Amino acid sequence: MMKQILILLTFCIGIIAFASDENKEKKGYEIGDIATDFELINVDDTKVSLSQFEDAKGFIVIFTCNHCPFSVMYEDRIIELDKKYKELGYPVVAISPNDVEAFPEDDLPNMKIRSEEKGFTFPYLYDETQEIARAYGATKTPHVFLLHKEQVDEEQALIVKYIGAIDDDKRGNDIEEKYIEMAIKALQNGEEVNPSVTKAVGCSVKWKK
Amino acid sequence: MIKTNVLGLIGLFTILFYTCQPKFHKSNQNISIISLQQLEQITKGNAQLYIINFWATWCKPCIEELPYFEKINQQYKNKGVQTILVSLDFKEDLKEKVKPFVLKNQLKSQLYLLDVEKQKGWIDEINPNWSGAIPATLFLSKKNTHFKEGELSLNELEELVEIYYQQAIKK
Repeated sequence: MMKQILILLTFCIGIIAFASDENKEKKGYEIGDIATDFELINVDDTKVSLSQFEDAKGFIVIFTCNHCPFSVMYEDRIIELDKKYKELGYPVVAISPNDVEAFPEDDLPNMKIRSEEKGFTFPYLYDETQEIARAYGATKTPHVFLLHKEQVDEEQALIVKYIGAIDDDKRGNDIEEKYIEMAIKALQNGEEVNPSVTKAVGCSVKWKK
Repeated sequence: MIKTNVLGLIGLFTILFYTCQPKFHKSNQNISIISLQQLEQITKGNAQLYIINFWATWCKPCIEELPYFEKINQQYKNKGVQTILVSLDFKEDLKEKVKPFVLKNQLKSQLYLLDVEKQKGWIDEINPNWSGAIPATLFLSKKNTHFKEGELSLNELEELVEIYYQQAIKK
């Protein structure tokens, strides 16, 4: 009898462990979720929060990094996005989330160098604890989250409106759909963002061990 | 006299040809560019288990784990397990980057370059749980599909393969 109970118990624990494991995989934001603000160190050594941008209507939050070739391919287009949409109320905020032990070229000193070389017009923040990447559910670079400021229960909240790629062509010589621009246009017109989720290949975020 | 010389030469060339051929084959691992549909066809063959690893020459964690897949390929290839390395490099980089890399690292697993650049929704078609980050690995048998995003240690990979292999061959 005791043995049977033990077996049953083991079985139950197994199921619970399995279930929680499944949950872990599904972490991160979905469309319509409220995104968290943060305070992260910028390449100019100041701390940047989304709440500092009082006039912003929303944000183009881009998880990106120095080392990933696909991120590098998008650098010029990210600068263009920021220049165009900052004035319209949707500035770019770039966040580098990698474990710098695995990728030393992604550390803050190298981020500073890269930002200066390329003339980044936007904050390039270092998510040292990786908490923000985890909260958002960033799995790769580049990985974009378009946020829109809305009133929720009489408070301002940042609602996730689009998750995915910047456009449909990594190398940028044959772009058919500019997903971010399409999404912001939809927000400006009070329409549904479509597509609201896209997927593209990227460099996986290297998590700290 | 001339005849013997000619014969001798032919003989010499034949020997040279055959001694060089295996080497030539070994170092000239063929990499075809395939579509998603072709990949699906390939994984509908007779193997008990397909291990399909998505990688690229520009992906450092992918390259780090390739030797583990090569080891699994050696261990399991005669047990009905097929290891397939699917490169997501640009097809224009096949000659300049992928082939030299494969040569240098003497990769023996089956290799393809997946051409999906202009195809929308292909990541979900491979697996809905995939965000698109690589490395990523798919374990396919007639009974089950398992998907793992992110890098694996040799231990993790060996464990997973053994579990999924046992599942696949269980009657």
